[in-house]
Amino acid sequence: MSAFLSIRNLSLVLKGGPRLLRSVSLDVEAGEVRGLVGESGAGKSMIGKAVLGILPRSVEVVEGEIWLDEVDLLKLRPSERRRKIGATAALIPQDPLTALNPSRRVGPQVTDRLVDILGWKRADAQARALELLAEVHIPDPARVMRSYPHELSGGMRQRVLIASAFAAEPKLIVADEPTTALDVTVQKQILHLIARMQARHGTALLFVTHDLGVVSKVCGSLAVLYGGLVVEQSPVRDFFRQPAHAYSRALLAATPKYTDPMAGLNPVPEAVITAVQAEVAQADASWRNGGWRHD
Amino acid sequence: MTDLYTVTDMHLSLADMVNKPLFGSAPRIDILHGLSFSIKRGEVLGIVGGSGSGKSTLGRVLVRLLEPSRGQVLFDGQDITHLNEDALRPLRRRFQMIFQDPMSSLNPRRTVGSIIAAPLKLHGFDRISVRVDQALDHVGLPRSFRTRYPHELSGGQRQRVGIARAIAMEPEFILADEIVSGLDVSSQAQVLKLLADLVADLGLTLAFISHDLSVIRRLCGTVMVLYQGRIVEHRASDALFAAPEAAYTRELLGAIPLPDPDQPWGAQAG
Ligand SMILES: Nc1ncnc2c1ncn2[C@@H]1O[C@H](COP(=O)(O)OP(=O)(O)OP(=O)(O)O)[C@@H](O)[C@H]1O
Ligand SMILES: Nc1ncnc2c1ncn2[C@@H]1O[C@H](COP(=O)(O)OP(=O)(O)OP(=O)(O)O)[C@@H](O)[C@H]1O
Ligand SMILES: [Mg+2]
Ligand SMILES: [Mg+2]
Repeated sequence: MSAFLSIRNLSLVLKGGPRLLRSVSLDVEAGEVRGLVGESGAGKSMIGKAVLGILPRSVEVVEGEIWLDEVDLLKLRPSERRRKIGATAALIPQDPLTALNPSRRVGPQVTDRLVDILGWKRADAQARALELLAEVHIPDPARVMRSYPHELSGGMRQRVLIASAFAAEPKLIVADEPTTALDVTVQKQILHLIARMQARHGTALLFVTHDLGVVSKVCGSLAVLYGGLVVEQSPVRDFFRQPAHAYSRALLAATPKYTDPMAGLNPVPEAVITAVQAEVAQADASWRNGGWRHD
Repeated sequence: MTDLYTVTDMHLSLADMVNKPLFGSAPRIDILHGLSFSIKRGEVLGIVGGSGSGKSTLGRVLVRLLEPSRGQVLFDGQDITHLNEDALRPLRRRFQMIFQDPMSSLNPRRTVGSIIAAPLKLHGFDRISVRVDQALDHVGLPRSFRTRYPHELSGGQRQRVGIARAIAMEPEFILADEIVSGLDVSSQAQVLKLLADLVADLGLTLAFISHDLSVIRRLCGTVMVLYQGRIVEHRASDALFAAPEAAYTRELLGAIPLPDPDQPWGAQAG
């Protein structure tokens, strides 16, 4: 049995430029929550975008496979791919302010996917949306459906996005930093909500974040990315007990903890960066020697 | 140590534009409800609280971008509560603010060099070019960055430009509003370390607004907790973290996910 999402040797380049992802292999099992961490610019969002088929035009896939539910997305025609992804996967985006169209009411933004991609009747989609908004503890869902995004608080907008991600019962959700914009008490509510929805619907989750605290609460396993290269993949408990890679240890040392006044004012040391950059260069060298352009 | 700020029974209300009638003036809504506290010279004060608790509003009062509706604010012994813009001008150099979102607070069409130089010119500093270089040195950016534009920098580098612009003015007080929330942990650690060093080297006084108590714990000697426009706790960090007194402080602490899979992080009605 292969994993529900299986990314194999995925390399992306900026057209005419360097690789952004370097032969990334990453699995997410059905019903599993897998974290994806790494510094800003490491390529976390690119992985999510590749899976959801929403890569920017300037980025090109030069190698690899993305198996989603037993199908290699990269072998499908664009229209088939869109349909497959639409029926199987969804995104909880990072920024609730820009993710919702400010000039449209919330309701149709939640039901669009159901109607356009899955061919539901408007009325059924409407009923389903009301149900879901209630499930994410939005008081008076009918009123919220008629509201414009700016009439809702940040926490409320994030709940709307969670509800719409779950609307079509996707088997996989990519959550791209879904709580960075929120304060800690709201973050806690939202993460519990995602966890509950995930468990109830049996959804597989690829959870992008740079907050190791959040990872330790939400994920079963994680992948650490540096410069588009996966440097470690571990079950969460192993990662926090015995991180395998020096870069992972440095990330943990950079994370402050209120329980420990001395922890976490340590940027990743130069020596560690030099070493991991050498690994990246090494990966590029053997990749070129491998003659990836053979097709 | 002497007080740099002494704030007594300070209230702040704002015009509520949402409920403004078509004719006539908007009703006032009270945001801060009678705050009293002081900030000592050389102190690093953390200000925490949930979204909407009034942290940014309080910060804006301290650097007098907002005028209190009641009470008193003394800066270095001088009453600045109701000073007008002319009277504030010579003081403005002495208290500086660094904003959360470095992208929107840095003019995208100007180079890093001219961004740092602009307020120096405005305040009639001499040897501006030298000061810009020194500011870049202080924040650990290469001098060659003078010719770069904000979009050519990483988030952490942009945040440093914001800090460089503030410290170039040789202020006595810096207010930093959520300046590390958007950064990854390594950039965050770099910026925090930089601030800690600057405070020590330049004898700065710092008020650091954040909703991350782990960051506050690491950086700040004292902590003020705001809840709905009121101070619910204000003590030395060590004492506050050892035994938080206010229920709201405990709630905030309980909501922080520690990087430890075995920390209980109880379920909560969402
Ligand atoms: N639209 C784009 N066109 C070209 N390059 C891009 C584009 N978006 C991102 N990049 C580049 O691709 C790389 C990976 O970016 P990505 O957005 O995946 O980073 P990330 O790990 O999600 O970072 P963050 O934590 O800041 O969100 C970065 O070097 C970035 O500058
Ligand atoms: N210009 C304004 N007019 C009316 N109300 C305002 C205005 N600015 C802020 N408020 C209100 O004042 C309260 C405090 O806002 P403030 O921005 O100080 O909160 P904060 O603690 O900084 O929150 P956050 O963590 O979200 O930045 C909020 O209820 C906010 O809605
Ligand atoms: Mg990203
Ligand atoms: Mg604020």
